[in-house]
Amino acid sequence: MDISDLTARFGLLAVGLVAFAAILLALYGLAELASRRDRSRVVATVFLAPAVIFLLVGLVYPAVRTVVMSVFNGDGTEFVGFDNYAWAVTNPDALRTIVNTALWIIVVPLVSTAIGLVYAVLIDGRRGERTYKALVFLPMGISFVGASIIWKFVYQYTASGEQIGLLNQVRTWFGADPVNWLNTAILNNFLLMVVLVWIEVGFATVVLSAALKGVPTEIIEAARIDGARPAQIFWNVTVPSIRSAIIVVAVTVFIATLKLFDIVRAMTGGHHGTDVLAHNMWDQAFRLGNDGRGATMAVLLFLLVIPVVIYQVRNMRRQELEAR
Amino acid sequence: MSTETQAPEQRAIGESRGDRIRRVLTSRVASIVALLIAVLWTVPTAGLFISSLRPEDDIRASGWWTVFTNPTFTLDTYNYVLYSDSQGGGLIRNLVNTVVITIPGVIVPVAFAAMAAYALSWINFRGRNFLYIAIFALQVVPLQMALIPLLSFFSQGLHIGDVTIMPSWELEGVNTIVQVWIAHSIFGLPLAIFLLHNFMRELPGDVMEAARIDGASHSQIFRKVVLPLVTPAIASIAIFQFLWVWNDFLVGRTFGGGEATRPLTAVLGDMAGTWGFGWTRLPAAAFIAIIVPLVVFLLLQRYFVRGLLAGSVKG
Repeated sequence: MDISDLTARFGLLAVGLVAFAAILLALYGLAELASRRDRSRVVATVFLAPAVIFLLVGLVYPAVRTVVMSVFNGDGTEFVGFDNYAWAVTNPDALRTIVNTALWIIVVPLVSTAIGLVYAVLIDGRRGERTYKALVFLPMGISFVGASIIWKFVYQYTASGEQIGLLNQVRTWFGADPVNWLNTAILNNFLLMVVLVWIEVGFATVVLSAALKGVPTEIIEAARIDGARPAQIFWNVTVPSIRSAIIVVAVTVFIATLKLFDIVRAMTGGHHGTDVLAHNMWDQAFRLGNDGRGATMAVLLFLLVIPVVIYQVRNMRRQELEAR
Repeated sequence: MSTETQAPEQRAIGESRGDRIRRVLTSRVASIVALLIAVLWTVPTAGLFISSLRPEDDIRASGWWTVFTNPTFTLDTYNYVLYSDSQGGGLIRNLVNTVVITIPGVIVPVAFAAMAAYALSWINFRGRNFLYIAIFALQVVPLQMALIPLLSFFSQGLHIGDVTIMPSWELEGVNTIVQVWIAHSIFGLPLAIFLLHNFMRELPGDVMEAARIDGASHSQIFRKVVLPLVTPAIASIAIFQFLWVWNDFLVGRTFGGGEATRPLTAVLGDMAGTWGFGWTRLPAAAFIAIIVPLVVFLLLQRYFVRGLLAGSVKG
């Protein structure tokens, strides 16, 4: 790396930071002026302006544009109606993508929450609970790309000679033939899901474990004295007590799963029948240069989160009413 | 997180022998399952770390577990991927990109979010609730919805009909990093506003009231009362955003321009995707990208967990 590369980058950083500081100062100055005259509307505007402008220009307007683009052809020159949508539900590859996404959003939240819950219950109050938690939590600090590389080595396959991938090595130790995991259709989807589950279980464990601490020990004690078995206590006392935390975890993982791009990109590139909406959207628009189809995939993705948005907003309004 | 409940085994009194056996058994099984999960969650990472320290020929020939019988370690691969001028090397440049992207990518959205969250929680104005709910809902909108138009916004500007509202940004070379800053700032805002709003709303109203009676203006209250009180919250949101930006692939790959200006994770993602020549250098390259967020994460886990719980328990 040349020294000029370095100065160019850090120079840009310095300029950027100075510019940002200047913007902040100007905003505070404006707010101060407005405050002195007791114009709280103006103060609110100044405080909100940067965020609102960013969100309007960078998220709201583009989202609307994307919806419009989805009814145009690949380079946006010709109106095609719902052709792109028809393509999405008839083309075998596109259909495969939709089916895979459906699989992902069912399996990953369910499995992550279940493992996280079981693990949180198992380590609750155990000696070394913190260490147990930290070990499982660790993958949350690793990028999806990093995790994909980690697991790609676990799944690695060599046709002849010694196996380098742990999974195939274990198979050959038991006398079975090695498998080219990532090329084996349908199964490879689940192997990719393992990577996301591996990351999300830490999140589930931490949130659910905190919720478990809030369950009064008297209830569990009472159930135990009444002769309830551990499994009964788990299903009839523990799970209902932390129900809302479980839902929150499942919903959060659901959204993360829906937006998942990195793992598919880094592990299979969407080949061998492993494509999902969030990745196919990118592939269509930026690799194959078909903005119309890419936009259509993005809109389908958005349609899938709308129920979550409605649920969340209703939830929040209810909480606000209760708080009043 | 710090309150450890007493282990249930210590509290069982007056149980029959059958109960006792059953309890010890379930506790055994529980231990084994917990241990198994802990091991499964650690071994893959450990394997990659060991691989990153092995000579490339060894990586090609045998699995990382063979180091226990045949330990040979080297730092050559790290040296190559960071500094070599040959193919697959010189990643130090992308590491610097990541640093240059991450610093404003964290500071800008957190600062703007703090201002917005203050206005949404402590300034009365019409439409406040609607605005808050709109921002809250934006949290869930997949950023895929914004990618294509936002990229064309940077490269072609903004036109409505024939009217040019914003000319093309014409960013080239290193300057394309500005696009990545802005994209990260936009995408990080909704969650940061939501979390900070949660924290700020919890602040006692009397403190604000007292400050206002003393003649403090909104901007003074924001700087002198609210910001110091929510510093832990800001820390946890900054860690979130840091992890997200540092670990991001999609935004860096889409807005980062050519390979020379892309962040490390974006380059790694492509390297892993093609798995071509030089895959034996991936463990070292990946570990360079993984180690910084991992250390930050381990050191500041407490703040991270606090933010996580505040965001999820209420949301």
